[in-house]
Amino acid sequence: MSADHQSLALLLFSVFVAVTLGITTWVSRHRQGSAEEFYAGGRLFSPMENGFAIAGDYMSAASFLGVTGLIALFGYDGLLYVVGFQVAWLVVLFLVAELVRNCGRFTLADVVATRMRERPVRIAAGTSSVTVSVLYLVAQMVGAGSLVALLLGRTGEAAQAWTVIGVGALMVIYVSLGGMRATTWIQIVKAVLLLGGTVVLTALVMIRFHGDLDRLLLTAADRSGHGNAFLAPGLKYGGGWTARLDFISLGLALVLGTGGLPHILSRFYTVPTARAARRSVIWSIGLIGGFYLMTIVLGFGAAAIVGPDAVRGSNAAGNTAVPLLALDLGGGADSTAGTVLFAVVAAVAFATILAVVAGITLASSASVAHDLYASLRHPGGRQRSEVTVARVAAVGIGVVAIALGLLARDLNVAFLVGLAFAVAASANLPVLLYSLFWRAFTTRGAVWAVYGGLIPALLLVVLSPVVSGSPDSLFPGTDFQFFPLQNPGIVSIPLGFLAGWLGTVTSPELPDAAKHAETEVRSLTGAGAV
Amino acid sequence: MQSSNGRSRGAGDESANVSGDHPDRTPAPEDTRYRDPWYDALASGWGEGEARGAPTARVPAARREERPQGGAEAAADVYLEVQRSAAFQEVRSRYRRFVVPGAAVFLTWYVGYVVTATTAPDFMARPVAGAVNVAMVAGVGQFLTTFLFTWAYARHARLRRDRAALELRWDTQELTRGVRGGAS
Repeated sequence: MSADHQSLALLLFSVFVAVTLGITTWVSRHRQGSAEEFYAGGRLFSPMENGFAIAGDYMSAASFLGVTGLIALFGYDGLLYVVGFQVAWLVVLFLVAELVRNCGRFTLADVVATRMRERPVRIAAGTSSVTVSVLYLVAQMVGAGSLVALLLGRTGEAAQAWTVIGVGALMVIYVSLGGMRATTWIQIVKAVLLLGGTVVLTALVMIRFHGDLDRLLLTAADRSGHGNAFLAPGLKYGGGWTARLDFISLGLALVLGTGGLPHILSRFYTVPTARAARRSVIWSIGLIGGFYLMTIVLGFGAAAIVGPDAVRGSNAAGNTAVPLLALDLGGGADSTAGTVLFAVVAAVAFATILAVVAGITLASSASVAHDLYASLRHPGGRQRSEVTVARVAAVGIGVVAIALGLLARDLNVAFLVGLAFAVAASANLPVLLYSLFWRAFTTRGAVWAVYGGLIPALLLVVLSPVVSGSPDSLFPGTDFQFFPLQNPGIVSIPLGFLAGWLGTVTSPELPDAAKHAETEVRSLTGAGAV
Repeated sequence: MQSSNGRSRGAGDESANVSGDHPDRTPAPEDTRYRDPWYDALASGWGEGEARGAPTARVPAARREERPQGGAEAAADVYLEVQRSAAFQEVRSRYRRFVVPGAAVFLTWYVGYVVTATTAPDFMARPVAGAVNVAMVAGVGQFLTTFLFTWAYARHARLRRDRAALELRWDTQELTRGVRGGAS
């Protein structure tokens, strides 16, 4: 790409960074120190603000770059992601949002710990939350990497690494200085930018095809070289039974994973009541639904206008389809409009990554400090030191995510997110639903449910073709592949539920009826909620 | 925006605030409405008479006993008692009667969609109109049903559950505050 693209995109991105850093310092002027402030932003955001922030947290690089790329390359099969991402919000709305808001304080483990012996449950839920967050972070880092590779060309390996490091450093600054309040405002700004950018691009695609969706689809099918098969399922996940099972596995992981994502759960604590949490989810369902419907248009638009070959040529996994589409829509690489649009889209994508990364880092640092640290150490000067620990944890998580992000550079972002969802659905959702709805659930059941989902999910990923045994895997040279599917959800999600049930029925301990009553009454009425 | 509605921070202040002017409580809907900072915005959104779905739930029974014993055990008893109360059972069953069938329907519809997409691609590829085939219709249909379910859930919660839950909340907090000797 030419120097113009680069400098303009970098300029826009610097503006975003400056604005967000400004927000961070402005927000962190007065209040400091309290855990309430750091993890939950004082709990006084309005439902609309929180709805935008949830949408900002959820519409990640995986959606903007990854899913559009998959649609551009594989047509209809990319659309499954979008449908799964969207329907998942019904699970959140129906079963999770209000009850979690009522029962917990800062993290997932809070909800479970209300009923159970605190220490083992916190350690288990904290571990799985951190794991999910790190996987999700890696996906965002990979997205940042591919964007930079596109901006700087194939030679910029060192620059790519430095960008990933830079993104990591920025997120640590946002989170450790600004806490939840700054992170929320960054999400809101980013959500507005991203939705604005998507609306503009979608409008341009529709103008290019004179508002004729039919022609858009036909042109996409035509240019893909697959004909009508491009518009029907089967290109990526057709063929053998393993590929089909993979598709179903992914579908399950997407729809059940959202309710277990720590950075989404922690957003419900930033509003004052369960009813406000419900209304934030309704806002976000509207925003996210609109966004995903537009990404479908963008994906097929990229196939029709840029062409799958050009997309694949730029990034094998398809992560750069949208920036390329923007370049073309503006009038091509030599035109001013093309340059500007490309730079804007690249900057928006950067902003997206940065904001999501900040949200996840905050949630995982909360898990480390509030759950793991608090359980593993003797209670000392609690409140103050907990926030300090959370700030330090943000740095540590940043370092881990940077390292893994550099390693996983060539995987599709949406695919990586699919893995994070699978782990969340296997390890976090069973324990959450059991604690909220099952009277007989015990501490042992809770611990088993977490580990019984977490360990199989991670093991199956390690033994899958993602890690070894195929040309596209992380370590193509070795082969310890054993499990044929790329997404472990179809096995590990039932295992998580099964382990929770098994742990409960084999548990010598009787379920505590009073604690169950407390959870049930609190979850449905909001009594005693903070 | 946050502090303008005069909402006090923290549950402790809040319940103290409420119980202060509660004793002469008659079924006064406006009363509860102003307790919740988001309530009015919510009720005004859809332009429906809220009296229609007004739930019958109140917990007069739970408040008559004031126990002298203090501490967490008594608080636990309060929760058990509220859990057994008819008002709470009603809220819970309303919630479950909506959520369980609803979740079953949308999960079945979604899984059915995914399974059909993998096992019957030919059916999904059947054209409907122009380039649009069954798969496209089903995919967009998933979006539409998601919006529909969201609307239905919000409506159900607002009309059938919210007020009863709010009353239970204040009553429960008042009771736990009572047995804990003022500190909630």
